[in-house]
Amino acid sequence: MSQGAVQPPARRRGGIRRIRLASQALFFALFVLLLVRTEFSASLLDAGAALRLPHPVSFFLELNPLVALVTALSTASLYRRLVWCLVILVPTFALGRFACGWICPLGSLNHFFGAWKSEKKRGAKLIASNRYGRWQTVKYYVLSAALVLALFGSALALLLDPISLLVRSFAIVVLPGVHALVASVTTTLYLWPLPGAKTTADVLQLVASHTILGFRQPHFQQVFALGLIFAAILFLNLRITRFWCRALCPLGALLGLASRWSPVRLQKNEAVCRHCAACDPPPLAHDTRQLRRGLAVAGQAAEPPAKAGNCNRCLLHCQGGDDPIPGAPWRKAECHLCFNCVADCPQDALRFGFAATPHTATDGPQLQRRKLLGSLALGAGLLPIVRSAGLVASQPDPRLIRPPGSLLEPRFLERCVRCGECMKVCPTNGLQPSLTEAGLEGLWTPVLVPRVGYCEPGCVLCGQVCPTGAIWEITLDEKIGRSAGNPQAGDPVKIGTGFYDRGRCLPWAMGTECLVCEEWCPTSPKAIYLVPADVVTPTGETKRVRQPYVDPKRCTGCGACEYACPVHDRPAIYVTSIGESRSKANQILLERGQRPRPKAAT
Amino acid sequence: MDKPSRADRRQFLRALLRVGGLSAVSVGAGAWLKTRSRRPVEPTASVVRRRQFVAASPSLPDLAITRGESPRALVRGAVDVLGGIRRFVSRGEVVVVKPNIGWDRAPEFGATTNPEIVAEVVRMCREAGAGQVIVTDMSCNDSRASFERSGIAAAAAGAGATVILPEPRRFKTVDLRGEVLTEWPVLEPLLTADKVINVAIAKHHSLTGVTLGMKNWYGIIGGQRNRLHQRIDESLVDLTAFVAPALTIIDAYRVLMRNGPTGGSPADVELRKTLIASIDPVAADAWVAKAFFDLDPPRLSFLRLGEARKLGTLSIDPARVGERAV
Repeated sequence: MSQGAVQPPARRRGGIRRIRLASQALFFALFVLLLVRTEFSASLLDAGAALRLPHPVSFFLELNPLVALVTALSTASLYRRLVWCLVILVPTFALGRFACGWICPLGSLNHFFGAWKSEKKRGAKLIASNRYGRWQTVKYYVLSAALVLALFGSALALLLDPISLLVRSFAIVVLPGVHALVASVTTTLYLWPLPGAKTTADVLQLVASHTILGFRQPHFQQVFALGLIFAAILFLNLRITRFWCRALCPLGALLGLASRWSPVRLQKNEAVCRHCAACDPPPLAHDTRQLRRGLAVAGQAAEPPAKAGNCNRCLLHCQGGDDPIPGAPWRKAECHLCFNCVADCPQDALRFGFAATPHTATDGPQLQRRKLLGSLALGAGLLPIVRSAGLVASQPDPRLIRPPGSLLEPRFLERCVRCGECMKVCPTNGLQPSLTEAGLEGLWTPVLVPRVGYCEPGCVLCGQVCPTGAIWEITLDEKIGRSAGNPQAGDPVKIGTGFYDRGRCLPWAMGTECLVCEEWCPTSPKAIYLVPADVVTPTGETKRVRQPYVDPKRCTGCGACEYACPVHDRPAIYVTSIGESRSKANQILLERGQRPRPKAAT
Repeated sequence: MDKPSRADRRQFLRALLRVGGLSAVSVGAGAWLKTRSRRPVEPTASVVRRRQFVAASPSLPDLAITRGESPRALVRGAVDVLGGIRRFVSRGEVVVVKPNIGWDRAPEFGATTNPEIVAEVVRMCREAGAGQVIVTDMSCNDSRASFERSGIAAAAAGAGATVILPEPRRFKTVDLRGEVLTEWPVLEPLLTADKVINVAIAKHHSLTGVTLGMKNWYGIIGGQRNRLHQRIDESLVDLTAFVAPALTIIDAYRVLMRNGPTGGSPADVELRKTLIASIDPVAADAWVAKAFFDLDPPRLSFLRLGEARKLGTLSIDPARVGERAV
């Protein structure tokens, strides 16, 4: 995908580049596959199968050392499969940032878009844009701020984790968009009076629904904000290849730091480079001058003027911006090990090898102490500001309904990656990215919007996919409060409590029977009870109807009533977070939120 | 100084043709589109009339009751009492078997039809030579989860049925021609099937007292059906009249006595090990309501209205009832 305008002659080192490309394609496909399979799929042939996802769909997040490090700092522990991050981290100590160049699906996507031609990135400008720049150190400051935030107990900065960002963008923007696109194309094809249009539509529908589409069209709030950010990250590649990876990515920064002592280095044979015939009678005559000018422009930025030939081919497809060109120091912490420079060099003047050479300053990121302190202060200072802003601290938002199994809010915010896996898997589409419900610190964390979809009583998939335990993995028995000693549902997980809006409720306000809420209520005994009442109809007759009430002791806050309420626009019953099991404070009833009194000895 | 070059005649004519052609096409297209302007009218739903009630036979009972240990034997015995499955299904016919798969509950909670009974009905239809047996329902909870956990999808598919999930594309809006129900999206297999067999389960329900066979037709429509509750009795009669089932089977093996129609606790379920099958949807519901819920059938509005609409009888002649222990 990264073949540039200047085609180098065929060389034997091109092979490793093809392997890298295959690795990127493979991991990207795996990523998309796992994300698409982050969906409840019933096995119609096996009723006994537990309702579990067949694949470890959050695996990319669990391989992620940044997620592991941040949650390790904020919780002093590693949840479930997060220890798998060592599979990436330990080889990075030895090899460098191979994960960025070979595995990271967002990196691969940036790589792909970085190969797109743009007017701002041609000839000399391309070469100049691929030289190392000081701005690439920004990501280290992002990382240090993220780690300070984590120390203070907030996983907020994982918003910028590349895997979290990609899962979120795909689950909330791209896949629902593809679903809508397929639907609109097939609908349009159906309307066309052309022969074969319907068949084409059917085939398209069939293929799409068996590959990438979910069971039904998902709808999410905040698609525009998330979509614009994702598009911006991709389009920045048209200015500077892999701008995100080079400048912003905190995971890249972490892996860059981890590669500090790696013995794998780019070895530059300057003598070979100088005496290369490529620049003397220039085979690249048509753009040699441009290349040279580009080098001169770039040379002003980097301290040692890179004296190499006029060739610069090693810079044409450089991904990391790590200065592979002889004459300039190689920046180990920036290199993605993409092997483009090695493959592009006409003289084999570059090669990766193990070298026991002493470490140089340019092995590390060369941070400035003042900026580093500044970023640490920013991280530390951001949190009080974020936490004190708004009313969240003193007045929890009534619509902050967290999925079942969620930890108490501060514990939840220590862990939540905002990856959107739970929103992707939620079978009713009820889990949505928050905007203000959880305050700024809780931006894009999951909230249940029962009007969109209620919490299925028989489903605990959100806890199964959560990589960090913000939604702790609970069993179905735990959710409905059933245990070996208590085969009947006992003390279930509550996520809120339902309330009637009597001014809109049919039996209360309109003297009409309804009771859909009572029908749907999944608890036994039902949390909605009915009281007969005589109401006066608009014509003056007295009529007996049964009016519904919520029993807050039994209500689990699943929202099935709110979802099913026939008052379609603003329902006559709605759920708020009060009474949620995870909180001792957010309670109405005196007996809840306290430790049960030990039974008196008999 | 050069004189400004002048277009020669050929260029001038060519330009004239271009401009003239574009103008002509625009004027023509504009005029044609203008004639097409009408206030948009949504297409009216088609009317589908179904009439599949099986006529009473003087030699055979109208209603069968079986009691026994095995759900499979119960349903086979009951259909046998009514004269065998060939009375209802002919060779090559497409049959829709409509169980209650409304909720994401395991069979022992009594919220969904017993999977063994559904499978046995499918098997009998296959034995009668049915071309295709379709099992479908519009669940309230997530349909995938409900179809799986109820055990019905696996059992029915194992018995040779085509299990159809209620995806949006499976619905077609038709005019039900009811008293309160007119245009509603209906599961399409119900519209095209030759025969429809109701395999309901007996459950408590706060609004209608019980949910039995007639209430099970709630599960063939989509759309904003939660509005039906406002006139639930008329709605159920409309739906039953529309479907006109060949056979109504009510599974009373497990009966959900309380907290219906969802249940959720084994304590709500009573083991009654009974099954009712009838050619008369009103009589079947009336018998179960009386026998298991101690409700007086004439006081249940949907049954009274159903009788008034000539869908069946409230008080079946005991001579027309066949009972058997299996």
